[in-house]
Amino acid sequence: MNKQTQAWFYLAPTLLFIFLLVLIPLVTGISYAFYDFDLISGTKEFVGFDQFIRLLGEDEIFTMSLVNTLFWTVSSLFFQFMLGFGLALILNSGFKGISIIQPVLFVPWAVPSFLIGLMWVWMFNPVTGPLPYLFEAIGIMDKAENLLSDPDHAMWGPITANVWFGIPFFTIMLLAALRSIPKEIYEAAEMDGVSGLQAFRYITVPLIAPTILITLLIRAIWIANFAEIIIVMTNGGPANSTQIVATYIYDTAYQKMDFGYASVISIALLFLLMIYGFTLGRIRQKMTTYI
Amino acid sequence: MKNVKYPFIIGFLVFTLFPVFWMLKISLTPDRLLFSEGIVAWPSRITFDHYYAVLVEGSFPDYFMNSFIVSFTTAALVTIIAALAGYALSRFQFKGKLAIMTILLVTQMFPIVMVIAPIYNVLTFINLVDSLTGLILVYTAFNLPFACFLMQSFFDGAPVELEEAAMMDGCTRLQALEKITLPLCLPGIGATLGFVFTAAWSELLFALMFINRQSQMTFPAGIMNFVTKFSVDWGQMAAAMILALIPVCIFFSYIQRFIVQGLTAGALKG
Repeated sequence: MNKQTQAWFYLAPTLLFIFLLVLIPLVTGISYAFYDFDLISGTKEFVGFDQFIRLLGEDEIFTMSLVNTLFWTVSSLFFQFMLGFGLALILNSGFKGISIIQPVLFVPWAVPSFLIGLMWVWMFNPVTGPLPYLFEAIGIMDKAENLLSDPDHAMWGPITANVWFGIPFFTIMLLAALRSIPKEIYEAAEMDGVSGLQAFRYITVPLIAPTILITLLIRAIWIANFAEIIIVMTNGGPANSTQIVATYIYDTAYQKMDFGYASVISIALLFLLMIYGFTLGRIRQKMTTYI
Repeated sequence: MKNVKYPFIIGFLVFTLFPVFWMLKISLTPDRLLFSEGIVAWPSRITFDHYYAVLVEGSFPDYFMNSFIVSFTTAALVTIIAALAGYALSRFQFKGKLAIMTILLVTQMFPIVMVIAPIYNVLTFINLVDSLTGLILVYTAFNLPFACFLMQSFFDGAPVELEEAAMMDGCTRLQALEKITLPLCLPGIGATLGFVFTAAWSELLFALMFINRQSQMTFPAGIMNFVTKFSVDWGQMAAAMILALIPVCIFFSYIQRFIVQGLTAGALKG
């Protein structure tokens, strides 16, 4: 066997799985976008691009959910990253009891996302949780109410849950990056009289910047698609205030049973994410040539 | 400077553990006290009734077993298949490599809800709706792309020279992979197993859509079912949730050091 054939031999099982259970369903799913499904008779009718026109022309919820997706993604990412980076720096510096504390701090990442949703629903609920009373005590709220039923601020509920879940991911990625910086660089710098903060600014940050950027950008795609926490906590409500595109698709397909239109929204989201991913690929290329 | 970090560590610990503590508290609070005592840090009396109800009276032991079978089989299957693919992506230059990498990337981008109905049709076609085998196959397919990338980066980190030397001495490529390279990548394999196991253990949407029979439900689907049916039984729900947390937490705290190690090794080389 030459190398070409060998490579395909090793890849065959993976390709078989992905072809049968991901690509074929994906193509079928895309084709739904051109059909209008009738629930009662169980038939579908070819409608061409009609549903795309509806999406672009008259769907206010879609526009709203796009804005919400941006807010959800950027806010979650910002806090996950800031706190995750801080934690990685602390863990990297080492302290007493780290071997017990580190696994404990990584636990949220192993918790199933729907459980995270349920858990935080209880935390925000005045009947079962302490948070409303905490908010009242520190003066954020006039009286202890459920944050999740306030259309103006409800999104902060799922964001809090998402931050709780996502900190360990950034900590793990950044901790690995921090540990791969050779110790000698810091020793040499210290001999030249470079102090702690300067070393952080001029050695640590530039060396892990590529990891930071790539992790942030890739994670953004993942968060934009991450609907489970929101579905469990608010189901997009109240008044669509926590509706992101991914939850809107779920709602359209499985509450309204409109598979055709759900597919149209999915394609729109996929299209936007692919543009983003393409730009990302270009940035990555530039960075590797630069470093 | 040294002591500045301790308040932060405590802060992180409180933020991480408080919600879990609160669930534990609710799971141990007798139903009567949950409402009469209001919001208190610890109930005046605790009970294990909810755990008893969940473990003995409900179907949770079945869900638990199903989840374990599905997660374990998926993790093993994905790791073996992804090891082969990751090896090919790391060691061979071949036509179509870029195309395959692109396909693997795109599979990570589209919303899962989009393919649920079509996959349901595929499963109906091969007669695997409502079966754990069907669920395992779907989980395998969806966990493969990320696992392939992960395994590829671990193989990139392992030296090619040893493998080539073994092949010079008469090993076939598969033997060299098995005897030399795989043992070197053990932390990476552990990390991949861990990732996939936790992902399969947590998955909800597919499990809800493809499984209808009670006896075949996984833990997440079982709990969601429970939530929709008995939405006011806080205590039992909390007990079920705490029980669901235990296996992943044990497994994950064991595996997390391999993940950091594996990623560090990968980063060093790249």
